[in-house]
Amino acid sequence: MNVRSITPVLVLLLVCSVDAQAARIGELTENDPWQQVRRFFTFADPGLRIALAGALLFGAACGLLGSFIVVRKMALIGDAISHAVLPGVALGFLWSMDKDPLAILAGATAAGLIGSLVVELIQRTTKIKQDAALGIVLASFFAVGLCMMRMIQNTGAASRITGLKSYLFGDVAVLNRQDLVAIFVVVIVTIFLVILLYRPLLTIGFDREFARSTGLPVRWLDCLFQLFLAFCIVVALQAVGVVLVSALLITPAATAYLLVNRMHHMLWVAAVFGMVSAVIGVFCSFLGSNLPTGPFMVLGASSLFLLAYLFAPRHGRVTRWMYYRARRRNVSNENMLKSIYRIIEKGMAGKDGRAGVSMDLLAGERQVSTAELFGDLRRLRSLGVVEFVDGKGQVALTESGFRQARRVVRKHRLWELYLTNEADYASNHVHDDAEKIEHFLSEEKVAEIERQLDFPDVDPHGQPIPGRDRV
Amino acid sequence: MSDERCHDPALEVHDLTVSYLRRPVLYGVDFLVPKGRLVGIIGPNGAGKSTLIKSIMGLVPASGGWAKIYGKPVKEKIRRLGYVPQRESVDWDFPVNVMDVVLMGCYGRIGLIRRTGRKEKARAREALDKVGMLPYADRQISNLSGGQQQRVFIARALAQESDIYLMDEPFAGVDAATEVALVTLMKEMRDKGKTVIVVHHDLATAREYFDMLLLLNMRVVAFGNTQDVFTGKLLQQTYGGRLTVLSEIADKVAKDGG
Repeated sequence: MNVRSITPVLVLLLVCSVDAQAARIGELTENDPWQQVRRFFTFADPGLRIALAGALLFGAACGLLGSFIVVRKMALIGDAISHAVLPGVALGFLWSMDKDPLAILAGATAAGLIGSLVVELIQRTTKIKQDAALGIVLASFFAVGLCMMRMIQNTGAASRITGLKSYLFGDVAVLNRQDLVAIFVVVIVTIFLVILLYRPLLTIGFDREFARSTGLPVRWLDCLFQLFLAFCIVVALQAVGVVLVSALLITPAATAYLLVNRMHHMLWVAAVFGMVSAVIGVFCSFLGSNLPTGPFMVLGASSLFLLAYLFAPRHGRVTRWMYYRARRRNVSNENMLKSIYRIIEKGMAGKDGRAGVSMDLLAGERQVSTAELFGDLRRLRSLGVVEFVDGKGQVALTESGFRQARRVVRKHRLWELYLTNEADYASNHVHDDAEKIEHFLSEEKVAEIERQLDFPDVDPHGQPIPGRDRV
Repeated sequence: MSDERCHDPALEVHDLTVSYLRRPVLYGVDFLVPKGRLVGIIGPNGAGKSTLIKSIMGLVPASGGWAKIYGKPVKEKIRRLGYVPQRESVDWDFPVNVMDVVLMGCYGRIGLIRRTGRKEKARAREALDKVGMLPYADRQISNLSGGQQQRVFIARALAQESDIYLMDEPFAGVDAATEVALVTLMKEMRDKGKTVIVVHHDLATAREYFDMLLLLNMRVVAFGNTQDVFTGKLLQQTYGGRLTVLSEIADKVAKDGG
């Protein structure tokens, strides 16, 4: 992570929105969706600029902190803290009787920390484990928060407090310049903290006991991490909502976890995914004027996760499926070449090695129907390894096909011999194993086996092993 | 008990008592390890072997007693301790590679904020080389075998450059080649004046691996030079009741004239 590379971006974000008025995104709507899209991408709308800047900032911070949460298996803690802050938000309202970001930030952070302390207290003093403790605290704090929210609405002060409901489901449109400054400060400090304390946090995440044994102040770092986690949750709260904010912590980080193998890469990727998800949310709620932002941010994050799940380079489901399909096809191609080769070898074709082999004979050897066989052969023809002999119902190997066929047979027979000679297999047990291995043995391995067996001529069944020189 | 009294013990444990939910798991453990010894801690499951080394380091709070290294409370000298936790205690899917893990051994020394420099990387590479894992430095840790994982953990402890090493079951679930390599390495470390204390579960090899043995079953049954304490009677006291293991080993001891 490089501090210098991030700073200008963040400064730019803040500057962009300084001249913004308190106008809300939803207030100036165009009827034509295309107009609306155009307005989004020209950033003409000052309210939109605030919303976007805020979304990018807390999206990045959520991705960063979320990465640690995911690798430390603390996902439930993020969820619990985000619910536990609600009474604090309400208290902040009551205290200032206005939407004062500072009062709300203080109240919510305090509530979040009290929540995590209560969880720890329950864990320490009873035999209840963390998951149940989190469940209890999450729900009761949230319930208290809901009651307090209703009380505030009943006092009549709600007329002055427009943003109250947004805390539940999130509405990026209610962000104002004050909020943005709060977000900016919190996120900047969080990012610097993560960069500064990356190594200790990594060590604690991987092996907590070892970290303690090296004298790292683990408890202190844990508290600091939780504090900033609470901060980030609170600043994202208005835009995403209590109910869904933990998804913005977990989903982008989990997506990154599927894609990369090193923690520092994961932090970057998660931060970018967090930002993208947040912007998707802003965009959707901007298009359909009164839609809540939070659900769309979460849907954005979930879509990214789905894409990674399906198409991740190595472990994506679709990627793997395609890989296996290609491999199966390759195995079937090689088996076909081998069958043709065997027929030629048995002298059932013409004297010339490349003479045609009758389709019926081949279908018998492969134990498939002629139609199926024809389909497979057409695929092989497109690869340039077989050709049809016109008008005779015969098929012949091309020169490269013949070479490939010899190579496979050679691997098969050498492997059979290797198993019988070196691994003490009975000669009638080796065929099935060789059927599998022949497709995966590399040329180097085969050469090694051949050397080890002292360049044999025949396999355990007395069939000739094609030599290397002629392959 | 060994009669050997030394003036400058590497590790001194006095009346260490640990309770879990008010139930004692270790009672008044006393022992004193001179510098440059290879010590095995053996005892049945649940004897408190892991708890003992964790409480020496302060990872598990002691309800009484203390541990000192080189005459100072462990807390003040924690950097002179190297720790090898049990392999199963961490998540091997964690997104780090072998080098990242070994570098973690250096963080205690360089402090919270400073970055790892060339010196630390060289130290980590040297540690990896000693356990024969240098070619795997860039390997993702999830792609390691059990023996390789253990070697990485040992390398991380080596990178700590400590004087006393506490290892929790380093031979559990590793291949024979790794076990031999690690024992050789531990003996080398001892010869260089390091003190190595190893929780061990295999009685059959305990006698040939270690200079000194601590027989533990919630209390110290015996502590001393291996030839003095590896006797049928003391083992019987340690493993009391677990007859299958015991009779096997007792037979072996009798046969070997121990």
